[in-house]
Amino acid sequence: MSAAVEITAIEKRYGDTVSLRSASLSVRPGEFMTLVGPSGCGKSTLLRIIAGLAPQTSGEIAIGGEPVDHLPPKARDVAMVFQSYALYPHMTVAENIATPLRMRELPRGARLPLIGRLWPGVGERRARIREAVGRAAAMVEIDGLLARRPATLSGGQRQRVALARAIVRHPRVFLMDEPLSNLDARLRVAMRGEITALHRKLGATFIYVTHDQVEAMTMSSRVAVMMDGGIVQCASPAELYADPRDLRVARFIGSPEINVLPIDALVAANVGFAPLAAEWKGAAHAAFRPEALSLVADAPGLAVACRVERVEGLGHETLVFLRTEAGGHPLTARLPVGAFALFSGDSALAHLTPDDVLLFDGAGQRLDRRHVTPTGGYAHG
Amino acid sequence: MADIVLTEAPAAARPRRLGAVLPVRVAYAMAAPAVALMVLTVLAPLAVMLAMSFTGYRFGEDAVPFVGLDNYLQLLNDRTFRRALFNTFAYVAMVVPGSVILGLLLAVLIDGLNHGSRVYRLVFFLPVTATVVAMAMVWKYLLHGTIGPFNLLLVALGLPAIDVFGDRSLALAGLAVINIWSLAGFNMVLFSAGLTAVPQDLYDAAAIDGMDDKLDRFFSVTLPLLGPTMMFVLVTSTITAFKVFDTVAVITRGGPRGASDVLLYTTYLEGFSYFRMGSAAAMTTVFLAIMLVFAWVQARVLDRRVHY
Repeated sequence: MSAAVEITAIEKRYGDTVSLRSASLSVRPGEFMTLVGPSGCGKSTLLRIIAGLAPQTSGEIAIGGEPVDHLPPKARDVAMVFQSYALYPHMTVAENIATPLRMRELPRGARLPLIGRLWPGVGERRARIREAVGRAAAMVEIDGLLARRPATLSGGQRQRVALARAIVRHPRVFLMDEPLSNLDARLRVAMRGEITALHRKLGATFIYVTHDQVEAMTMSSRVAVMMDGGIVQCASPAELYADPRDLRVARFIGSPEINVLPIDALVAANVGFAPLAAEWKGAAHAAFRPEALSLVADAPGLAVACRVERVEGLGHETLVFLRTEAGGHPLTARLPVGAFALFSGDSALAHLTPDDVLLFDGAGQRLDRRHVTPTGGYAHG
Repeated sequence: MADIVLTEAPAAARPRRLGAVLPVRVAYAMAAPAVALMVLTVLAPLAVMLAMSFTGYRFGEDAVPFVGLDNYLQLLNDRTFRRALFNTFAYVAMVVPGSVILGLLLAVLIDGLNHGSRVYRLVFFLPVTATVVAMAMVWKYLLHGTIGPFNLLLVALGLPAIDVFGDRSLALAGLAVINIWSLAGFNMVLFSAGLTAVPQDLYDAAAIDGMDDKLDRFFSVTLPLLGPTMMFVLVTSTITAFKVFDTVAVITRGGPRGASDVLLYTTYLEGFSYFRMGSAAAMTTVFLAIMLVFAWVQARVLDRRVHY
């Protein structure tokens, strides 16, 4: 079971502060959609609005084609996983996982502590709940921990309990608010794989909030990049990397960060780029990924005069931090091991193929290459 | 080389650690002042009282006749003492639920406010800061059978006047109300502190899990998470209620006809009005034993059971 989530022109204001401005997004049924952005961009607020935990100032949310703006969280058929896990500390793992079902299936009297057990006529329902809890726990491999209390579990185990509590009810939409941020780095990598596997198994719609672009890139079907309360671009991870529509997106996605140079520092200062001056007219920034640069002497592309500042060997690759001779702008080159022999202070020619350059205007909007006429070949070296 | 290292090691490598290592004698000497104070102000008086409870000592007399367990045996059959014991338990049974539930209610209501929570907290906490004896005088006047504003109001409404402290069946309850009034504010502050420790995420999770009902959320999240606070409040309230004395002494003097006679007041009369110190010491021992039970409950059972 999965449902589409339609987010239309959501706005959220707290007094004079605008937290979300006209955020719109269509999440397809069964999709793993990640909302990513720097802290304070409004991604968590948007998730809370989808869940019904906070009301929007204006705009609409529809789940499975039905508007849900008037519904409390319980009636929206969503489950949520919190960064802090938000487990009930006074309940065992089994009771924690059972809570969403107990609240829906059992009458109020049967939910009372202690005397609730004596409530007549719900034995069969209780057995069903126990079974569902067992299945959910098995799915995230915590069936051995059902009798424990959250305080006795590790962070990773608590996160699994939170996941089990979310999947036990088979909701149509899963909302996850930075679920891995409180885990250590190794565990985070492992849980990344488990959550994507869970998504495949359940086939439900996932909306996942994170500030970590690696999580966004590795887990999602599509990623919506949020900046300053708006969704700047929503696309597949590969497309976001190769074809960012906004300079902020280009900078946010990818590590090390994309190289951004003022057009003048590139074209006016390096003779090889002179033929492109007309073609690149109107562009304010040229951006290119670190792997687009080559430091090999006879590499194809146009030369940019640089000085080597620092070399970082990472084992499987090497990062070279450069500064342009003209203007001293920082550049990063990502190179395969052994592809150069340079040291700090050396001057070097970095080679760049113009096809790898993304052009942005003064407002940070991407300029499509299609709008400029190709000039044919360019000189090498 | 090895030889040099071996011979030099014992001399150079004295065990080094953080913090001073004191000779045992010095350590005891440093603890002595505190120990002496504790013995002089707490333990010694306690021992004297315990010893006195086995004597027939009367205040002002020279003789200290040893009577063994006579004082305690007499207490068993003493109607006044048994009435006082019963009254005290009845009083505690009214004050503790009253002040705890009222305090919790105030804390939860104030916690839900967007504005003015500070003002409300201050107002409800004021009775805690007031002098009990002075407040007792005010309450005595307020509820006075003939000139009290409460009764003037009742009469003005055409209702019969109620002389709370003159009525055998109401006097103890009247005193309990005063204690609830002054204790609820204190409990409210404790509960308020407990409430701030309940993470907002839990309420969010509860809402998603289907507890959109305020009562559901209160009983499934708030109350269980207030467990440690609740136990602390229960124990301190019980001990405070057991120690009731000032209001009894000022307002009813145990009356009418012993209806509001409580343990400490009876003990006080026994010792300082009738000067039967031995018997009063025995009563105090009984009181102390009851207090010890509560202190033990607080120290052992609660600390272990109600922490997550």
